[in-house]
Amino acid sequence: MSIRSLTGRGAITRRRFVIGTGLWGAALAVPQRSAGAYAPVYTPASGRPDPLPGTRFDLTVGSVPVNITGARMHAVGVNGSTPAPILRWRQGDTVELNVTNRLDEPSSIHWHGIRVPADMDGVPGLSFGGIAPGDTFTYRFPLHQSGTYWYHSHSGFQEQTGLYGALIIDPRDGYAQHFDRDYVMVLSDWTDVDPEDIVSNLKFQSDYYNFRQRTVDTFFRDAHRQGLGATIRDRLQWGAMNMAPTDILDVSGIIYTYLINGQSPAANWTGLFRPGERIRLRFINASAMTLFDVRIPGLTMTVVQADGNDVEPIPVDEFRIGPAETYDVIVEPTADGPYTVFAQAEDRTGYARGTLATRPGLAGPVPPMDPRPLRTMTDMGMGNMDMKGGMAGMEMGSSPGKPGEAPASGGMDMDHMDMKEANRPGAAAMDMPGMAAASRHKTELKPGVAVQSVAMMPINRLAEPGDGLENNGRRVLTYADLQATISGADPRPPSREITLHLTGNMERFIWGFDGKKFSEAEPIRLTLGERVRFVLINDTMMEHPIHLHGLWSELENGQGECRPYKHTITVKPGERLSYLVTADEPGLWAYHCHLLYHMEVGMFRTVVVS
Amino acid sequence: MIRGLIGGTVLAAGLATTVPGTGRAQSVPARQSEGTQEAQTASAPAPVVYINGIQPVMDHNIYMHALLDQFEARFGADGGQFRYDGQAWFGTDYDKLWLKSEGTVGTNGKFGDGDHEALYDRAISRYFDVQTGVRLDIDNGPTRAWGAIGVEGLALYFFNVEATAYFSDRGAAGRLQGSYDILLTNRLILQPQVEMNFYSASDRARGVGTGLSDIDTGLRLRYEWHRKFAPYIGVSYSGTFGQAADMARSRHERVQDLNFTFGIRTWF
Ligand SMILES: [Cu+2]
Repeated sequence: MSIRSLTGRGAITRRRFVIGTGLWGAALAVPQRSAGAYAPVYTPASGRPDPLPGTRFDLTVGSVPVNITGARMHAVGVNGSTPAPILRWRQGDTVELNVTNRLDEPSSIHWHGIRVPADMDGVPGLSFGGIAPGDTFTYRFPLHQSGTYWYHSHSGFQEQTGLYGALIIDPRDGYAQHFDRDYVMVLSDWTDVDPEDIVSNLKFQSDYYNFRQRTVDTFFRDAHRQGLGATIRDRLQWGAMNMAPTDILDVSGIIYTYLINGQSPAANWTGLFRPGERIRLRFINASAMTLFDVRIPGLTMTVVQADGNDVEPIPVDEFRIGPAETYDVIVEPTADGPYTVFAQAEDRTGYARGTLATRPGLAGPVPPMDPRPLRTMTDMGMGNMDMKGGMAGMEMGSSPGKPGEAPASGGMDMDHMDMKEANRPGAAAMDMPGMAAASRHKTELKPGVAVQSVAMMPINRLAEPGDGLENNGRRVLTYADLQATISGADPRPPSREITLHLTGNMERFIWGFDGKKFSEAEPIRLTLGERVRFVLINDTMMEHPIHLHGLWSELENGQGECRPYKHTITVKPGERLSYLVTADEPGLWAYHCHLLYHMEVGMFRTVVVS
Repeated sequence: MIRGLIGGTVLAAGLATTVPGTGRAQSVPARQSEGTQEAQTASAPAPVVYINGIQPVMDHNIYMHALLDQFEARFGADGGQFRYDGQAWFGTDYDKLWLKSEGTVGTNGKFGDGDHEALYDRAISRYFDVQTGVRLDIDNGPTRAWGAIGVEGLALYFFNVEATAYFSDRGAAGRLQGSYDILLTNRLILQPQVEMNFYSASDRARGVGTGLSDIDTGLRLRYEWHRKFAPYIGVSYSGTFGQAADMARSRHERVQDLNFTFGIRTWF
């Protein structure tokens, strides 16, 4: 047991406001270039003056002393820093990376989102034998793609303890969007607690890190607000499932300090600009367990890329980014600033914060965190039956999502369902086009040790911004908004469907697919060249960012042929969505939830392309 | 752009060489090694071989925890007592070795109510485990051994329950335990708790009687200063009933006790 985990809530204040002078506390790496020059300026996370450019790299994985919270700890980093150095590549080049492991345990580096031959993917057991202590492994692969990606360890919990870094591949033919300045924004969650302790604690008490549960006090407040009867009914409803609507994130700000580019909110990472410039911000969620809601009060962010692929520019005030996803946005501050980059954790137990300013040392106001979300019956897979869910459904009706491309498998098309019906559960259930499929799976999958619940009526939630972001007065990005700038490379319809349920038992902290952990399940087999549709049904009450290695996942979000290509797709609770995959690269690929502790306890599959 | 390129090279290469047009390729049946495993299905694919036998995730780890639910001093009109009640487990998500132990050092200074169990625990449903094993009553009284079978878990509405049946050549016994956490705040928790013991036959030497023999119940208010360390105060009531009460009276022991209690709940 870590003593530091004893400190409890009082520690939050300390963590948040005591300067976390890590390696980079003082090194704000001020870009000293003329704003007139169009050469993009990168400010590194590591305190280095520039990202490492080139095609040959020597990377050494090793222990790095850090002090994020006031306690001296050891992180796992690369070349003496965490986050690892920014790597900057050029599309069309072949890169060579000599990775030496100076830890006393095996290590590995996986190039997240990069299309590589399978033996270069970096997942121990699947693509190579890992890198033993003292050994060097040479990765070498051509770069077919461009965009913002990242790299991280795929060994144990090394990703949680600091082994992650940004990588940028500049497009061979230049950027579609002009910009003057360029910053990598690596979001992460740091804890002084040993990750092994975290997972063990969750096995014993799954709400260990949730100090926001409903209490006697909230009971009386709710009763006052919505009536005693309704409050009792609500408590009984959740109690009858042994679930709590306050289950938002498994690991919370009670032990996490949220970082931008390795800097705590107190250290306040700062990026400089001159008024009038177009600044490209490359957001990468490199956290282990945290969904972030990102906004820059006072600035509109134009999303230009998702998971490394260009999308039609879409201006938003805010976006949610799940673990492992990346979004590039462009902002154009015309005033002096400073502007606060505010990334609050989904459960609102903390935030990462940085600043865009015209000179170092400035800090804008930090907005208060939003109210924390509560899970609803929609999140429980009961469709749009309760009030909150119903409202989310109403938003969908006016969303720009085109219903035409609803998956043939029967993704539910809320546009065609009028609200009267939505409010009449029985009728709604019968009218739902996807019910046949859903109920078929319901009979296959039963609650049990590894399955706490099965979504009775999973729905299409792609046009919903997500729990905690509805009706907040801001324009929030949704998956339905993402439209690729070019149509997909493979026009063939899928030849078959693979339906997977995302399952778990919160109480026992068991996670898997179809009620099975990795070690209990057969691999998913794809034939080289085949085109398949993956249908995911989230039976749990949490979001799961599902990541398929080595192949693209083309989200069927109603954008016709211009499906966004993603490497990681965050599936909302109670949601059913689908995406297309062309199995164009042979090998063994990892397929898993990118919540690190979900993956480690079994939410993982091997995909075999042969 | 990237997709054009992927489409242009990787995909095209892949398609050209391997896919007959429609992409409706049949997977090539990989022959199961000729032998006894005679065609489960003719096209059973070769099992996946992990490089160097490395599992990409460790989802069957063994975890170990111990909970000391009660570790407390009790003060009543007639003096003080000390009581503990704890459990420990060791194992995977599905199979565990489970140890339970409880006992009371009474006002008379004697160790009583000593109950120690070693159980194999198997997860059987979302919230419940079945436990089978042995129970030994070891304290200042004569030692007794029992076989045990029971369930432990989280009943709906978040009630923690344990129900166990015991068997020996002396007959059968049963124990029901339950508790519930009422969150006054997220750290201040009021916990009603009850334990009831039943016996099919009396055992004069151990002071237990047929039917409902004894109850130990309490209402504790703990403060979770840390999840793993919570001091508490409370009141506890313990009583004997029926035959057991008669036995207690005949020994000039108290039939029931109402105590002020303070202690710690801790786990690690
Ligand atoms: Cu997950």
